[in-house]
Amino acid sequence: MLTIDRATYDAIVAHAKRDHPDEACGIVAGPAGTDRPERFVEMVNAAGSPTFYEFDSTDLLHLYKEMDANDEEPVVIYHSHTATEAYPSRTDIGLAMEPNAHYVLVSTREAGNNEGPVEFRSYRIVDGEVTEEEVTVVDELPARD
Amino acid sequence: MAIEVRIPTILRTYTGGEKAVTADGASLSALIDDLEANHPGLKERLIEDGDLRRFVNVYINDEDVRFLGGLEAELSDGDQVVVLPAVAGGAR
Repeated sequence: MLTIDRATYDAIVAHAKRDHPDEACGIVAGPAGTDRPERFVEMVNAAGSPTFYEFDSTDLLHLYKEMDANDEEPVVIYHSHTATEAYPSRTDIGLAMEPNAHYVLVSTREAGNNEGPVEFRSYRIVDGEVTEEEVTVVDELPARD
Repeated sequence: MAIEVRIPTILRTYTGGEKAVTADGASLSALIDDLEANHPGLKERLIEDGDLRRFVNVYINDEDVRFLGGLEAELSDGDQVVVLPAVAGGAR
């Protein structure tokens, strides 16, 4: 299950709507081993495409160095589909390289850049196996143990 | 010659869980062969048809090796190599 706070959820949806019809992408980092998506990081889609996303390679290196220095990991990796459902494509599955991450997909096919409903779904993708999981949106993440 | 190579989570099965290993080589190509000798299976995850895989990024001292000559990129003692899988996908 993915537990995410409302502000982060809203930020992901807002990014997806803003970049529609191109795919939006980013991560939510959290302290390693906690499964807590705490730090929202919007990334530039270097592909600038309605059907593909890729983090810019230099941005990617900076992001991972930053997470390493903070002892964080990518808890959520999100991107949008802008004309199809919020389900991992074959490309998404083939390129999923973070077995510990929650892969969040947002579909903006209905709302586009406007107010209106989006699909927001989360998956584990491990060795080509996709498992959908429940998403729980909370006002704030519970206090850390 | 010792070059530190940072290994991403998904490839740590080849390094016994180590985040970083040391290897030798005057070029990226030679370095990857040396890595393979000590961590069999790693090379195939980095190289396909004689070239770096499209969705694997390798950096030497923070520079993407695609701007440094790819597999021919030169290495010197003390360089740091980072391997990161691309974060990519899409509806296509």
